[in-house]
Amino acid sequence: MGLIARVILAFLVCTTVQAQQRFITVASTTSTEQSGLFKHLLPLFEKKTGIQVRVVALGTGQALDMGRRGDADVVFVHARPLEEKFVAEGFGVQRFEVMYNDFVLVGPKSDPAKIGGGKDTVAALQKIKAAQAPFASRGDRSGTHFAELELWKAAGIDIAKDRGPWYRDTGSGMGPTLNTASGMNAYTLTDRGTWLSFKNRGELVIVVEGDKRLFNQYGVILVNPAKHPHVKREMGQAFIDWIVSADGQRAIAAYRIGGEQLFFPNADK
Amino acid sequence: MADSGRILPLALRDVCFAAGGKRIIDGISATIDAGPATIILGANGAGKSVLMRLVHGLLRPTSGQIAWQNRDAERVRRGQAMVFQRPVLLRRSALANILYALELARVPAAERESQAMDALREVGLVDVAHRPARVLSGGEQQRLALARAWALHPEVLFLDEPTANLDPGATREIENVIKAFDASGTKIVMSTHNLGQARRLGDEVLFIHQGRLAERAAVDRFFQQPASTEAAAFLKGELPWV
Amino acid sequence: MISTLGEIVALSLGVSLSAVALASLLGLPLGAAIAVGRFPGRRTLIVLLNALMGLPPVVVGLLVYLLLSRAGPLGELGLLFTPPAMVVAQTILVLPIIAALCRQAVEDAWVEYEEQLRSLGADGLRAALTLVWDIRFSLVTAVLAGLGRALAEVGAVIIVGGNIDGVTRVMTTTIALETSKGDLPLALSLGFILIALVIALNAAAHLIKEAAQRRYG
Repeated sequence: MGLIARVILAFLVCTTVQAQQRFITVASTTSTEQSGLFKHLLPLFEKKTGIQVRVVALGTGQALDMGRRGDADVVFVHARPLEEKFVAEGFGVQRFEVMYNDFVLVGPKSDPAKIGGGKDTVAALQKIKAAQAPFASRGDRSGTHFAELELWKAAGIDIAKDRGPWYRDTGSGMGPTLNTASGMNAYTLTDRGTWLSFKNRGELVIVVEGDKRLFNQYGVILVNPAKHPHVKREMGQAFIDWIVSADGQRAIAAYRIGGEQLFFPNADK
Repeated sequence: MADSGRILPLALRDVCFAAGGKRIIDGISATIDAGPATIILGANGAGKSVLMRLVHGLLRPTSGQIAWQNRDAERVRRGQAMVFQRPVLLRRSALANILYALELARVPAAERESQAMDALREVGLVDVAHRPARVLSGGEQQRLALARAWALHPEVLFLDEPTANLDPGATREIENVIKAFDASGTKIVMSTHNLGQARRLGDEVLFIHQGRLAERAAVDRFFQQPASTEAAAFLKGELPWV
Repeated sequence: MISTLGEIVALSLGVSLSAVALASLLGLPLGAAIAVGRFPGRRTLIVLLNALMGLPPVVVGLLVYLLLSRAGPLGELGLLFTPPAMVVAQTILVLPIIAALCRQAVEDAWVEYEEQLRSLGADGLRAALTLVWDIRFSLVTAVLAGLGRALAEVGAVIIVGGNIDGVTRVMTTTIALETSKGDLPLALSLGFILIALVIALNAAAHLIKEAAQRRYG
């Protein structure tokens, strides 16, 4: 009984101490979190400024909603049209480009849709639909999901109408979707960062890459203090300033998995 | 206790109690005075236990009145204590069990311990004062229940077959305590199956038959010359050799 | 700040133990009062309480999120995505379990104690609390059931905590994260640690219960 009381007391003390700390809340995406980028990046920022960055990783759509509700100070996502809408509606102050990477189309080694590699995502998607090969979709209003929908459109396919049992809507993050794809030997669209750090590949390999349409841009936006006065404006801005600065950009470029660079800094010089 | 606070005599007027469609107590009227130790006698199912619970206030009569001398409900409650067939003790030390009762009775904190120890001394349980009550023997537990009642200094002590589960040795010890209660002026109201016990401890008998008061008499007269046929039949059944 | 394994386990224990402590403080008297009391609607309340034992954690998480969000009524408190929010959510989840199981235990004990306690003048809440203390060793089972639920759930803490690295990451949310990252061996190891922890807690409580029963009877 005494031991339990001591655990609870320690917990309460820690919590109180934590509450006093200087921190900002960043709503970001599962792809940035799960690729391990933040684990690499944030300690550098914290050391420099003493500001702790608390990342809540959701999909792009949910992250922007968090910003709309005022539950985050900064949003860091990857769906340009949605981000611009966010700022236009007055929920964000200004959008800054930070870095890019690319998507890749992964699928089973056996390649049931007979895509045969290459750089043409649109052709690949058409072949997948024609063959009715299993395809796993994020279905969660994330940046990746958004990009996937745009690609179906570019392929001239109205996926909402023409989907069949071969199109599996997982409604979940990149990791779980990759798990599902791996488990059912399906094709799926994923960002390269998550793919590189994903450990349960099963039979999946990269099927299409290098297509210009697979370009994936990340942007960062300060949540508008005019709409939500409690937003930590200075500290949030400090984070944005740092991540687009030479220091921050260098740190992004330095992040590698197995020697491969995941994200490519491209903040406006 | 000041005379003005006394709760006896108790008047029962046409008390009835029905449960589950059955009339368990069927119109009992009687006056219980201070003084004689009253034994409630009767066959199983006659209604002895229910009658005691009605009088003690654990049950409400379906009709009729149970009128104590005193109008103050608090005094009426404090003036009584009850000991049951199975002692119900808390998972605490023997002493703590008595302290609990004293606390409920709003005895000032400073006096509780000494009063509790007095009660334990009275029943001969001082040595086990700090032992957990539930590890005591059956006889010791019942003595503790009596000590708890003693500490409350009730005007009336109800006992519902207090020695039914005890061996003769423990029974004797309990009877000694009850005699001490009686000697100290506490009114005893006890139900029992043990006719020898009734004769040892009782002064008068209330004989209950099928929910009615069939006979009331001094204890010797009752056993030697029962006036009612029901009582006679009961005694014949219990003591066929008489 | 990166969560180490030790921090994750410590946070799980801290959050769940606090929630269970709070839920017990509220739930034990509540359950006992319902057991001993007689009032209109009592049976409906008991059925409701039993039903709430099955509250889906993710629903509780969602409700607490809506309460604590800046856009919600308690947004001013700024509690969202902090351990206290997780404690609140788990307390709500565990409270019906402890209250309902306590009600059952006290109601069973009341059969034995009722007449004597009422004879001594203990009524209502006073009697209920006396009973709770007297049957405290049987109530350990109820509390353990609550603790097991709290340690095992992920739906509530992940929504109100946000699974923030170094701040609100607990064992179950880490297992969820590592699973979704495809790192199944790590997730599995964490899972075994969690199970071992729960078994250890149960074993300890069982031993304490036995020792106490031997001593107090």
